[in-house]
Amino acid sequence: MDSIMDFIYLHRELVMGLVKICAVLAVLLPMVAYSVLAERKISAFIQDRVGPNRVALPLLGSVPVLGPFLTRLGIWQPLADGLKSFLKEDFTPNYVRKAYFWLAPAIALIPAFMTMAVIPFGSYIGTEKMVIADLNVGILYTFGIVSLGVYGLVLAGYAANSKYPFLGGIRSSAQMISYEIAMGMSVIPVFMLVGDLNLGKVIQHQSGGLFSWIIFQQPVAFFIFMVAAFAETNRLPFDLPESETELVGGYHTEYSSMKFALFFMGEYSNMIASSAMMVTLFLGGWTLPWFGLNANAPAEGGLWIGIAHIGIFLAKVLVLMSIFIWVRWMLPRFRYDQLMDLGWRRFIPIALANIVITAVILYLKHAP
Amino acid sequence: MAYPDLFFYLFAAMTVLFGALVVANPFSRSPVTSAMFLVLTILSLAGLYVLLHAFFIAAIQIIVYAGAVMVLFLFVIMLLDLRDEEKRRVKIFGLVTGLLATGALGVLLVPTLWQSGVGNGLNPTFEGDTKTLGRALFSEHLLPFEIVSLLLLAAMVGAILLSKKELK
Repeated sequence: MDSIMDFIYLHRELVMGLVKICAVLAVLLPMVAYSVLAERKISAFIQDRVGPNRVALPLLGSVPVLGPFLTRLGIWQPLADGLKSFLKEDFTPNYVRKAYFWLAPAIALIPAFMTMAVIPFGSYIGTEKMVIADLNVGILYTFGIVSLGVYGLVLAGYAANSKYPFLGGIRSSAQMISYEIAMGMSVIPVFMLVGDLNLGKVIQHQSGGLFSWIIFQQPVAFFIFMVAAFAETNRLPFDLPESETELVGGYHTEYSSMKFALFFMGEYSNMIASSAMMVTLFLGGWTLPWFGLNANAPAEGGLWIGIAHIGIFLAKVLVLMSIFIWVRWMLPRFRYDQLMDLGWRRFIPIALANIVITAVILYLKHAP
Repeated sequence: MAYPDLFFYLFAAMTVLFGALVVANPFSRSPVTSAMFLVLTILSLAGLYVLLHAFFIAAIQIIVYAGAVMVLFLFVIMLLDLRDEEKRRVKIFGLVTGLLATGALGVLLVPTLWQSGVGNGLNPTFEGDTKTLGRALFSEHLLPFEIVSLLLLAAMVGAILLSKKELK
């Protein structure tokens, strides 16, 4: 027993890192599952339907009032969906390129999880900072990982070795590269204001009341970042890589069972990651300007404040997630040339102008 | 052995192994596979940069090379569908000139590295600094920096000019 304690003491950073990684995944994976349910419920609400309301657990379903209520909410639907993806036949067509066909779903999923590493999801619990890796170049790490996300889709399109998936893969790579530029340029003013690339410092900058949130200082940057995030996660109105009316299902046409589910999970965890990014960059992260919740939790007796900070962060992420879902069911899909036009000829010039204007204002403010 | 040392040998071995697999892969001759191994080589190089505390360079290496340049490579390879490339045999002329070029580079590099000796190493931290790099680029090395940016601009204009079918 002592040797284990010694090990933990010696490798504190390693052990705490592993604990935090497990904790983040334990929150992220159920969030992915229930975002799918939220998507189905919200879409049903928008289209005046009921949505999933049938799955009941044997014992809990027969509890009076509560059981039928939870069933009508569809609260058990993700369980049934998960089980279904595992039990369905995993069909591999004989013309696919096997190695890439197997690798692509994993390559699509891994970057989505890796982006969570630098996001500060809370202040402190005890003396432990609530972020997996407090990098000084946090945002650049995120952009690096996000730019790797495209390989999963491109390889899936290539592996399927048939026309529609291939077109989907090609579309996704062109779309993601284009919008990465707009996205990268839109956040530059944020870091000009903050003066640091560390995401913890970005949150610190926003802790001085509601109007110190960067969304109120950089609304244009927020808008461009958000639209680019829609394009990066292949969500409507920019879901051209998988647009089912033209391309059957795009890059994941040939996939079935759990491999398809991995792409699905990748899409939703990307949405969660980009929502978390937007919360951190523009919406004050884990802070709330009231009740003194915008300061770090103290090491002594600050446990509840630390947990409240994590709760605030998650609540903000959920708000953005519902905007993601809401937009998907409200807007029609863009045409491909409109998508490129919007990215290259509208957003990039606007983002560049935003950088220059911010620079001029900052210069005038700090000029002697 | 300390963690950084362990990671150095890991990333160095990965770089060399993946680099070899880019040009001579015994299992597959597909250009797409080569491109994917080049991506892995770039990622392991980024790992080496991290060990040198050059976090900014590591991130830029991944964003620019792995995230953009290689995606475009892959894009072109897939669109051209280079099936002939898989049947190509190694030619004697190519082999000889290739070995000569590598040998010459080796003659230049090995003695230089030998003479420079081993550094003291750095204290392991998990943070990197971008401010020093920025200051160095915009004060000490301003002229080379501006020249390189002009060069890139010229390349960009050239690429646009070449891709236009007709000039109006």
